[in-house]
Formats: sequence, structure tokens, C-alpha cells
Amino acid sequence: MVVGAQRRDHRCIADQFNPWQQHYFDSTHSDRAYRRGRYGRHRGHGRLQRSRENRIIAGVAGGLAARLGRDVTVVRIVLVLFGLVSGFGVAAYVLAWLFLPVEGSTETIAARALSDRQGITIVLALVPALVVVLLVSSALHANFVSSWGTPLLLSAAGLVLVVRNADDYERAFLVDSVKALLQLGSEPRQSRRSFMARLGSGVLLFVLGIFVMSDGALSRSWLRPFVGTLLMIAGTVVLLGPWWLRLALDLVHERQARIRAEERADMAARVHDSVLQTLAMIQRSADQPQEVAKLARAQERELRSWLFEGRTPGSFGAEGAATLSAGVEQIEREVEAAHGVAVDAVTVGDAPLDDELRALLAAGREATVNAAKWSGASSVSIYVEAEPKRVSMFVRDRGAGFDSEAIAGDRKGIAESIRGRMQRHGGTAVIRSVPGEGTEVELSVPRRGRS
Amino acid sequence: MKPTGVPTVFLVDDHHLFRAGVRSELGDAVEVVGEADEVPAAIELISERLPDVVLLDVHMPGGGGKAVIDAIKPANPGVKFLALSVSDAPEDVIGVIRAGARGYVTKTISGPELIDAVVRVASGDAVFSPRLAGFVLDAFASMPADLEPLGSLDPELDQLSPREREVLRLIARGYTYKEIARELTISIKTVESHVSAVLRKLQLSSRHQLTRWATERRLI
Repeated sequence: MVVGAQRRDHRCIADQFNPWQQHYFDSTHSDRAYRRGRYGRHRGHGRLQRSRENRIIAGVAGGLAARLGRDVTVVRIVLVLFGLVSGFGVAAYVLAWLFLPVEGSTETIAARALSDRQGITIVLALVPALVVVLLVSSALHANFVSSWGTPLLLSAAGLVLVVRNADDYERAFLVDSVKALLQLGSEPRQSRRSFMARLGSGVLLFVLGIFVMSDGALSRSWLRPFVGTLLMIAGTVVLLGPWWLRLALDLVHERQARIRAEERADMAARVHDSVLQTLAMIQRSADQPQEVAKLARAQERELRSWLFEGRTPGSFGAEGAATLSAGVEQIEREVEAAHGVAVDAVTVGDAPLDDELRALLAAGREATVNAAKWSGASSVSIYVEAEPKRVSMFVRDRGAGFDSEAIAGDRKGIAESIRGRMQRHGGTAVIRSVPGEGTEVELSVPRRGRS
Repeated sequence: MKPTGVPTVFLVDDHHLFRAGVRSELGDAVEVVGEADEVPAAIELISERLPDVVLLDVHMPGGGGKAVIDAIKPANPGVKFLALSVSDAPEDVIGVIRAGARGYVTKTISGPELIDAVVRVASGDAVFSPRLAGFVLDAFASMPADLEPLGSLDPELDQLSPREREVLRLIARGYTYKEIARELTISIKTVESHVSAVLRKLQLSSRHQLTRWATERRLI
């Protein structure tokens, strides 16, 4: 009676922990990603996209920097100089905004603008305006206007389409920036008087600068452009300085928040790999007190050494492996010892371990442990290939497999330990599984800083 | 193959227990015509009994599997060799293959897989374990540009075709020939011919890498 009850209980636990289902999910997605991964290896390298995180206006500089592998500040300075020298620099930027998709999306604003009739009408209405401006300026011999008229009108047309057709996220971003610009970046609670004072002094300095430049206000003529420019810059700083400062601060805050979130995710992945896995194993062997005690002791030791001695569980490189092949051998050895399943590892090429490769190994180890524990197969194959541009790892078993259709996408095992970990390091994870035939996990990370 | 229908097999391994294990795993699927635990005895018995397939340990006192192949092969081209080893040193494995073995499997292989491998070798095909596929990919990996005497590069022998590379990768990932055929939507026969082509290149190529790389792993 009692035994029967225990058994039923045991099965319930096994169901709750429903191994495969919990650990692997979302096949429609993964199949697509798999095909893309196989036939379009260099996704993300080849396509020029606007950066979502590295943006001041549209993220064009951030995207260019990522594509060219240059520092974003350098790209920004070049773009600004280009824009100052020729109005077409500005126009090119706006067009890039229109025609480049933002990171993580494939649709461009231009594609959406095609169905925006009103916007197109406004743009077409700008053409006669351009003609008028050009005619008037050439009549007045105002070269300045005629050289800047075309690009600026082009930019204006582009901006109209952008503002009308940007998606909600981008529009919110735009509204925020423009609002801050209108208040010149001052804090909302700042008094109106101080705002007016700043506006006044800024404009005064700017006008003074123009005055000095254009008129013979100074006796020494060579000083004129110098002092004038200086005054204009001072005026601009007084006017727009706080706005810039706030933009920069926002950027810093955002970055810090992101780093914190990533650290949390890394920590969660580690806890999952060690503590949660052990707890699951303890539940599976609940009727074997000795086994439970052994598991608990081992886990306690590992947890202590992590918390108090700074050694990470299942980590690579801190002590032990220094190269990819040594790390793979370590996985092979440890998983064989801990789970009694044959692990066949094949490594082609080799590389010294860096952060990306450590993440790859940690995710691969997790996949191997999953296969050893849940698939029921007697052996697991690991294949690792180091190529100059990327390193791939395949973990395959011929076990039970699972039906990934039926799985919630937010479960910890795969979601964090494997997929999340790979994504945080710029890599990809693809899982293919067929019930009754087995499972294959494909992991890959690009190699950074290599020619 | 003998008229009886099952291939005849000869075991060469210096571990008695291992020979007994293999014998029982092979069961009735093949006819074991003899076994030997050292090189001279193996050479003598094999030349006498002329089996279809010799299952050969890579590491043995007295010269190893390579010495056996070197002694038998010239006079008896009909005898085929399948290397069977726990040894993971690439230079040993490649050495045995270059001496003339038609394949290499590790001792952890399961009974049915081993029988399948023996039958395959007996019928003239090549058998690559994931590990051997990995070794070969590694050996052929470096770009033709680093072949020292530029004139010695023979694209027919010294390079793998993209398709061969693909097949080897799948073998290394643990796919069976059948699964590879399905994955690449080609026939099993085509997979076999790719593997045989790789074996031929492995045996005939004069690439310096094949010998040199064994000592130092390719670090990129």
C-alpha cells in the first residue's frame, strides 16, 4: 500500500520534471533558425542594420560601427563632419534611417511608408517648394541656399516619412528626444526664470558670434573668425549642453541596467546548472537515502566553493582546461563519470579559451548533461569544430527525443542555460528533436578579434 | 565473401578478454576463423587462412597493426583490414589507414554496429568512425596556401571536396550513413562513394600536414 503510494508519487515527480519537455522547447522556431543557421552562417555580419542599443538619433552610426568593426564614436564624428561639410551627409543619414531595418526586425520604415498615401503626398508637395527655393536663391545669388536647399529638403521629406511611419518603439524614442530638446534638456522642476536666462544668454552669445564674424567689430581681422566661432560654440553649449548631458546620462543608465540584467541571467543559469539540476536528481532518487546524501554533499561543496571561494561550478579555464579541446575532454570525462553514459567527443581544430568559448562549453556541457540524464540513450556524441571565423558544437543523442510543439517557451533549462547563454555571447543555439529518434543541439559562436 | 554468405573474420588484439568480447558480440553474423595476440603469429595465420576481414588493434607489441598490414597487403590484396582501437593518438590511426586499412572504429562501438562495419568493409566499402572523420577533417583542414612546396599540391588528392567535407562533418556528429543520406538528400550509395573517395585521398595524398599535424594540434 505504502509502497504503491510512493511509487505513484515518484511518477508524479517525474512528470512534473518532465525532462525533455521542460528542457527543450519551441521547434517551429528552432527549425527555422536551424535552416538559417546552416545556410546563412554569417547572418548578422553581412547585413547592415540600425543599432537598437547604440543610438542617439536613429542608430545608423551604431549599425555602421558594428558592420565595419570600428569604434562607434569615430563613426559618429565622421558622420557629423560629413553632414557639416555637405548637406548630403544629412540627407544620406535620413535615407539610411528610412531604408535600413532596425536590429531584430526585417521591415524597413520605407516599406511601411509605401502604404502611407498622405505622407507621400506631403513629400511630393515638397518638390514644388524645392523648385521655388532654388529659383529664388539663384535669382538672389545666394549660393549658400542653393547648395543646401536640395539635401535639406530631401532630408525633410525623409523625416516626414520616418516620423509618420516609424514603429511605436521608435516613435516613443523620438518623442522623448524631441521633448528633451524643446526644453533644452533642463530638468522639469527647474524654474522658468532660470530656463529663460539660459535661453537668453545662449542666444545672445550665438548672435554675438555671428555679429563678430560678419562685421568689423574687432580691429584685428584675423581674430574675427576665431572669436566668432568660439562665441557661437559657447552659445550652442549653453543652449544644448544640458540636453546632450542628459542623453549621455540616459545612455549610461541604460547600459548599466542591461549589464545588471545580464549578470542576473548568468547567475540564474549557473544556479540552474548546479543546484536545480541536483535537486531534480535528488527527487528522482528519493527512495535511495544514500544516493540523496551523496548528491546533497557534493552540491553543498560545490555551492560553497562558488559562493565563498569564487570558483564557478562547471566553469572552464579558471582551473583546468585552457584550450577548447581540453575543455571538451573535461566535459566528456565529467559527464561520463557523473551519469554513467558513454560520451564520444570529436574535436576538429583547437583554440585557446576566451569568454565566448567558455560560454559555448558551458552551454554544451549543459546540453550533454541533459542528453545523458533525460534521453535514455546509452551514448552521447559531441562534435566541436573550430574554424577561423566561428566555433560550432553539436551534441547529439539517439534517445527519446521530445515533441517540442507542446512546450512552453520560458522554461529554464534550455531557455537560460543554453539559448540565453549563447545569445549573451553573440552566438546561436538550435535544437532539433524528433520523438523516438533523438535530439541534436547545435551551438555556435563567432570568433572575435581574429583576422 | 565466401560462398557461405557470411564474411570470415580474423581477430588481432593483445588482450585476451577483448578478443573474447568481440567474438561473442559478432556472434553468428560472421565466421571468426582465427585470432592472434602478437604481430608475427598474426602474419603467419592470416597468410594461411586468408580471411575476408582482419579486425586489427592499432597498438600491439612488435610493431602494431601497421606492421601486420605491411606484411600481408602486398601478397594478399584481397584481405581487408578494419582498425579497432581505444588509442586516440591521431598519428597511429592515420598511420594504419595509410598503410591500407579500410576503416577505423573505436572499441566502444556496439555489437550491431561492429557487425555492420565488418560487412561494409568486406564488401569493399570504407568505415569511418566519428573520431576518424574528425582526424581527417583536421588533417585536411589547413588552406592549400600553407602547403610548403607549392608545386606538390594535387587538388585531386590533397583537398577534400565541399561535399566530402560535409559528409565527414555529419559522420563526426554521430550520423549513420542512412541518416547522412537523408540529411543531404542523396542515396546511401553516394554517401559510401564519398567516404571511399576520402579514404583514397587519405591513403594516397602526399600532404605534409598528414604527418606533421599529428604532433601539434591546429591552434587557430
